[in-house]
Amino acid sequence: MSSTTETSVRQKDEAPAHRTKPQRSERHGRPAAAFLAPFVILYLLFIIGPALYGLVMSFFNTSLVRPGLGSFAGFGNYAEALQSPDFWSSLWHTLWFTILTTPPLILLAFVFALLADRARYGRWFYRLAFFMPFILPSAVVALIWVFIYTPELGLLQAALAKIGITSPVWLGDPSWAMPSLAITTIWWTLGFNFVLYLAGLQEIPRELYEASAIDGASPWQQIWRITVPLLGRTTTLVAVLQVIASLKVFDQMYLMTQGGPNFATRSILQYVYDEGFTNFRTGYAAAISMLFFLIVLAVSAVWFGIVRRQEKGA
Amino acid sequence: MTLTEAAESTTRRQPVEAARVDKRGRLFNWICAIVLILFALIWLVPVLWALDTALKPNEETTRTTWLIENPTFDAFGRVLRDTDILRWFGSSVVIACLTTIGVVLTGSMAAYALSRMRFRYRNVLFWGILAGIMIPGQVLIVPQFREMDTFGLLNTFWAVSLVQIPTAVAVFIFKQFFDGLPRELEEVARMDGAGYLRIYARIIMPLARPAVAAVAIFAFVSSWNDLLWPLLVLSNPDIMTIPVGLATVQGAFGIRYADTMASAILGAVPLVAVFLLFQRNIVEGIAGTGLKG
Repeated sequence: MSSTTETSVRQKDEAPAHRTKPQRSERHGRPAAAFLAPFVILYLLFIIGPALYGLVMSFFNTSLVRPGLGSFAGFGNYAEALQSPDFWSSLWHTLWFTILTTPPLILLAFVFALLADRARYGRWFYRLAFFMPFILPSAVVALIWVFIYTPELGLLQAALAKIGITSPVWLGDPSWAMPSLAITTIWWTLGFNFVLYLAGLQEIPRELYEASAIDGASPWQQIWRITVPLLGRTTTLVAVLQVIASLKVFDQMYLMTQGGPNFATRSILQYVYDEGFTNFRTGYAAAISMLFFLIVLAVSAVWFGIVRRQEKGA
Repeated sequence: MTLTEAAESTTRRQPVEAARVDKRGRLFNWICAIVLILFALIWLVPVLWALDTALKPNEETTRTTWLIENPTFDAFGRVLRDTDILRWFGSSVVIACLTTIGVVLTGSMAAYALSRMRFRYRNVLFWGILAGIMIPGQVLIVPQFREMDTFGLLNTFWAVSLVQIPTAVAVFIFKQFFDGLPRELEEVARMDGAGYLRIYARIIMPLARPAVAAVAIFAFVSSWNDLLWPLLVLSNPDIMTIPVGLATVQGAFGIRYADTMASAILGAVPLVAVFLLFQRNIVEGIAGTGLKG
């Protein structure tokens, strides 16, 4: 019964495709337009439009406080950005932050998910502990962690003092500020990767473990021979999402160090914010945004290449 | 040895081997559990510390100890009285709801057309929307701000929501889900004379409840926690969202740490409460959206 309906549907779908293709394309034109309109209009108006506007703006000396585009600048904004030490240092801070956060966020999330997947009891507790921070607003995270990092009476220095370690001035020391922000970020966002890994682990058939266990594989061998290879795709996904999320960092710096001390933690997005909305140099800020966009695109392209390779290999 | 062979051989060797493996496995599981519990506790410390501090009187917070000599809820009372946190909460609810409804409605409608209707340039449109996933919203803040300024929408809920509504990922997730739904029900409904709108509202959307939940949760949480964009377009304290409001009062409490932590806890409570109620759905929704996004 079901197979006959299927074939009849397929026939209906395919038969006219050869004979009256243009007519068929038009057939759903009007209702399709009606259903698409709300999304497409908003999408053009608030995503594509601004993207193009931003691109145009990046070639002009546009100012936030004057109407219009301002005078034509050619590649002047781009040249200025590429020659500006501020641009390069904020780019470096962003990369440094990404380097500090990405490996632990992938590794710890993987290990925690692996352990939680083996646990028989209390999964809700692990999910609560690791995932709850992720749904806290950044402002709440900042309030809590600034207090934890406080010199003299912060929890962290007190805990370290107990085991005989003298803490640095976490957020106040230019070389410790970024690692401090990284620690906070690892605590805050690990839950997201944890959950992605848990979902990936649940797709591995249990029989694989049972079979290998009876063949005498130790749990350690199981992890290296079964779990890690089968989670390869999850890992590339987690990695690219993590790299892009880390490159887009803004909240933690803005809230916890204001880019300081002495601009040591100013990220690229905060540089855009400072130039565009504090110095009113909208055109210049748009040009930095475009350069930043290119970096994110490059990361996505690398990821796309890896995924295609993996799919071919599989 | 292939897996099927392995599986077959298990039946024969099971009794002796299984007991041995079980013992070793159990020890390993115990170690795993202990390590995991340890880390989970570490992960809970910051929030517990905030809670602990908020329950102290301000004078006690200068001593770094978990002990509270005079526990009190006064800090919460002061924050509720002295800041506009309840008003921010209202703004956050309005904006997050507006955004969520917008994302789900526009996304699912567009996905329905892309999944079920044939029209010219369908593939071009689909790929165009898909490409939008690559554009990080943060890259657009400068032109979007000017746009909102031109439209006279600054300091309105719309300024925040409108840019959050067109979410390409949502269209993608809905389309994938719709593509997987059987078409028989629609065919029957069509024969009964039901139009597209009726089929969308009465058949497709009820069947797509898991996708709706996933997209809605993702949209709600990201809208609720967004800082940069509302920070730019909402400068009026009356309609600030919770993250923006907390960012502006940050430091206003000075060394009154109990008050600071109370404001953090109050800012966290609404979403954490929702999280505790729908833990499983939220985790699955975010994992699902993240995986496909």
